[in-house]
Amino acid sequence: MDQAPAVELRGITKRYPGVIANQGVELTVMLGDVHAVVGENGAGKSTLMKTLYGMVQPDEGSIKVNGEELKLKSPKDAIDLGIGMVHQHFMLADNLTVLENIVLGSEPTSRMQIDFAGARKRILELGDTYGLVLDPDTLGENLSVGERQRVEIIKVLFRGAKILILDEPTAVLVPQEVEELFGSIQELTDEGHTVIFISHKLDEVLAISDQITVMRGGRTVGSVSPDEVDAKQLAELMIGSELPSPETRESTVTEVVALHVRNLGITDPTGRAVLDDISFDIHEGEIVGVAGVEGNGQAQLVDALLGIVPITTGSLELAGKDITGWPSRERRERGIGLIPEDRHRQGLLLPSPLWENAALGHQTVEPYATGLWIDRAGARKQTAEIIETYNVKTPGVDVPATALSGGNQQKLVVGREIMADPEVLVAAQPTRGIDIGAQADIWEELKKARASGMGILLLSADLEELIGLSDTLHVIFRGKFVAELDPKQLTPEILGSYMTGAALDEAS
Amino acid sequence: MNNKWLVPIVAPAVALVFAFAVAALALLLVDVNPLDAYQSMWEFGTTTESLISTVTRALPLYVSALAVAVGFKMGLFNIGVEGQYLIAAPIAAWVGGVVDLPAPLHIGLVLVTAITVGAIWGWIPGELKVRRGVHEVISTIMLNFIAIGLGAYLLINFLQEESDSLTVATPLIGDSGRLPSLNPVLEFFGIEPRAGFELGSFLFIAIILGVIFHLLVTRSRFGFDLRASGVNAPAARASGVDPNKMIVRTMVISGAIAGLVGMERVLGFFHQYTSDFPRLLGFNGIAVALLGRNHPVGMAFGALLFGFMDRSALILDLEGVPREIVTIIQGIVVLAVVIAYEVIARILQRRAVKAAAAATGELAEAT
Ligand SMILES: Nc1ncnc2c1ncn2[C@@H]1O[C@H](COP(=O)(O)OP(=O)(O)OP(=O)(O)O)[C@@H](O)[C@H]1O
Ligand SMILES: [Mg+2]
Repeated sequence: MDQAPAVELRGITKRYPGVIANQGVELTVMLGDVHAVVGENGAGKSTLMKTLYGMVQPDEGSIKVNGEELKLKSPKDAIDLGIGMVHQHFMLADNLTVLENIVLGSEPTSRMQIDFAGARKRILELGDTYGLVLDPDTLGENLSVGERQRVEIIKVLFRGAKILILDEPTAVLVPQEVEELFGSIQELTDEGHTVIFISHKLDEVLAISDQITVMRGGRTVGSVSPDEVDAKQLAELMIGSELPSPETRESTVTEVVALHVRNLGITDPTGRAVLDDISFDIHEGEIVGVAGVEGNGQAQLVDALLGIVPITTGSLELAGKDITGWPSRERRERGIGLIPEDRHRQGLLLPSPLWENAALGHQTVEPYATGLWIDRAGARKQTAEIIETYNVKTPGVDVPATALSGGNQQKLVVGREIMADPEVLVAAQPTRGIDIGAQADIWEELKKARASGMGILLLSADLEELIGLSDTLHVIFRGKFVAELDPKQLTPEILGSYMTGAALDEAS
Repeated sequence: MNNKWLVPIVAPAVALVFAFAVAALALLLVDVNPLDAYQSMWEFGTTTESLISTVTRALPLYVSALAVAVGFKMGLFNIGVEGQYLIAAPIAAWVGGVVDLPAPLHIGLVLVTAITVGAIWGWIPGELKVRRGVHEVISTIMLNFIAIGLGAYLLINFLQEESDSLTVATPLIGDSGRLPSLNPVLEFFGIEPRAGFELGSFLFIAIILGVIFHLLVTRSRFGFDLRASGVNAPAARASGVDPNKMIVRTMVISGAIAGLVGMERVLGFFHQYTSDFPRLLGFNGIAVALLGRNHPVGMAFGALLFGFMDRSALILDLEGVPREIVTIIQGIVVLAVVIAYEVIARILQRRAVKAAAAATGELAEAT
């Protein structure tokens, strides 16, 4: 007899007020497989995974793990069964170390004391076995995204997971990091683990998975093997349309400088330069791309432009006006928009209604405000327009932002910023977690904004997006702009070598 | 949707029943029939005089709760309302006692003085937090001690009027500086309380404060920034809110409201500040804010409930029942309300989901 599948979900249905997140979903995952789940934003992928992890109780349907039918009342039940999940949005505490973060919630005790020494040993062992290198004593706030991800994975393995659920693990990783992650996934399945993962990047899905389940509108539309399909067919299965590309060549760059940055520098309290002598211009109608491995100063650059952190040296001019000393509020009112790289941290008020989220960052200007008061009617109307234009899947403008799927939250943030029509838009990971159909729409909106004269600073881990959209491309490495490249003559491979500093070493 | 109103009514009701049930057990332990005790509390508490007393007791608690709630909205714990009103009251009362102005100006001057002193006393912990990173809980608690000490020092050395009475007090405020009683209005409606029970017109000041609180918090740009900072500080920061300014402004506003806590007694009853001025209104305001979930109407009910219990507890002494039982009930109510809100909100949410499921089921079939 064949071995029972690791996971068998039958007829899973889950309803939320105004939406059916899952409707009769079927999923079969074989032991030791890498199983991908793909689908549009709001297709119900995260909900399905949360069901398997015991976080969401389905209204209908059955769950079988290793051939045994069961009810999962909470993630604790799932963990006891050897199921672990890394969420779409990481959940690490900034003020705890890696070690503490991992141990948190599953404290191994020896004689009533947390056995940190034992835990440290196991973490290092796990890291060794699966190629997940980590320093247990780093503080959460000092981790790069790639490292955060490794912590989350080790945390799950630490609790003895044999079935790992990874919800959009690659959304924020640059190609090198993706390769490292895939190496680890390979190790895991070699050791008998089963991995279920969600991704919007179809090339990756085809490269790593043994089986692919496709979801659309809360239902499963099929399960295919990567040998049977190519990315184009897979995309069609998902959204019923063609695979888009960010290609764009007609230049709209003007002579007018929208943002003029000179010798920008930030020195941290220890005297280390986190941003070093950065100078560049963004013209009206230009997209300036910034490529770099996460943690090379991108976050600080964004914060400096928005006036969120003080700068040590340099000057900024917006449309000819010196804004170096301006507070954030004035910068935002006078025309700097922000799509933050982490929508949950800097972009949204999760428990608040959508219309308040749409107003966030624009709460002092029309149509969100009149005089000293919030214009609730105006804000609602504008929110409805964003939802309409950007195809945000939601039952209304009064639901809390938490009720939206990750991609739909992103669409709301992107929509509110572009529709506010700033002089300069700082767009960090604008299509993070967005399905390929919606991604094309957002690229289209960015291009339209550019054509209408907006200057855009684009920071992205998606190299094709960077190369395809940018008119000018800078590489940031250890807080410095180390190269200016012509996106017309660039491949992701070459760009990648600049980002890690390899190409620079050769050149010198 | 009616569910929006259901939770705020059902949750406190459940909590109240629970609290009285627990207190009943406590009463049984000391050999008192709880039903008898509750019955006499109810009978005594619902007389005209008691109801006036209830409202009168509720007014300062309400103002105190408003002051606390402003801070809560952005995640600031102003534990210092106690000190803020206890330093504002003697100074404002003294000002009222030494000037002589036409009525509205006289009262206005006293109120403005109280607001200013409270605001300054609130500003200090705000500034300390912004400049030195001192947590507001620590600094406000310490400032409470300082306020009480400083208040007594000022009263004895500068603000008191020599007299042969045993208590130390500021000069009496003249007639133009006294808030009128609303008893004539009550009499117009045929309600004639016994002498000594007066419904003060501070009631209007409290209502106006509640309305201002509502507009400020839920309708103004400032309120948006305030709530955003409370929900997600980094996102508020990125949206243009200056967190330091926000902390200082909020503490100043909180302190300004707190300064008015003692004014009901000063302007409406004692017409001076005495060394045995009521204490603990600041701390009880925290409980009322929790009870009313920082909502201006919820806190009004919370304050009235506390006022009612304080008043009706007086009868227990006469019946030989320990009056502290009421303090126990108050404590349990606050805890139970906080828990009941969570539980009931979840139950209703689940129901709503079920109901919506039926509706969306049809919808999905149609599309
Ligand atoms: N807690 C919730 N309350 C109400 N609706 C919800 C909730 N969670 C999810 N939904 C809804 O269920 C649907 C499916 O959401 P889900 O998060 O599973 O999508 P997803 O496939 O993971 O999308 P994405 O790719 O954007 O992350 C969405 O329409 C979403 O709005
Ligand atoms: Mg998702």
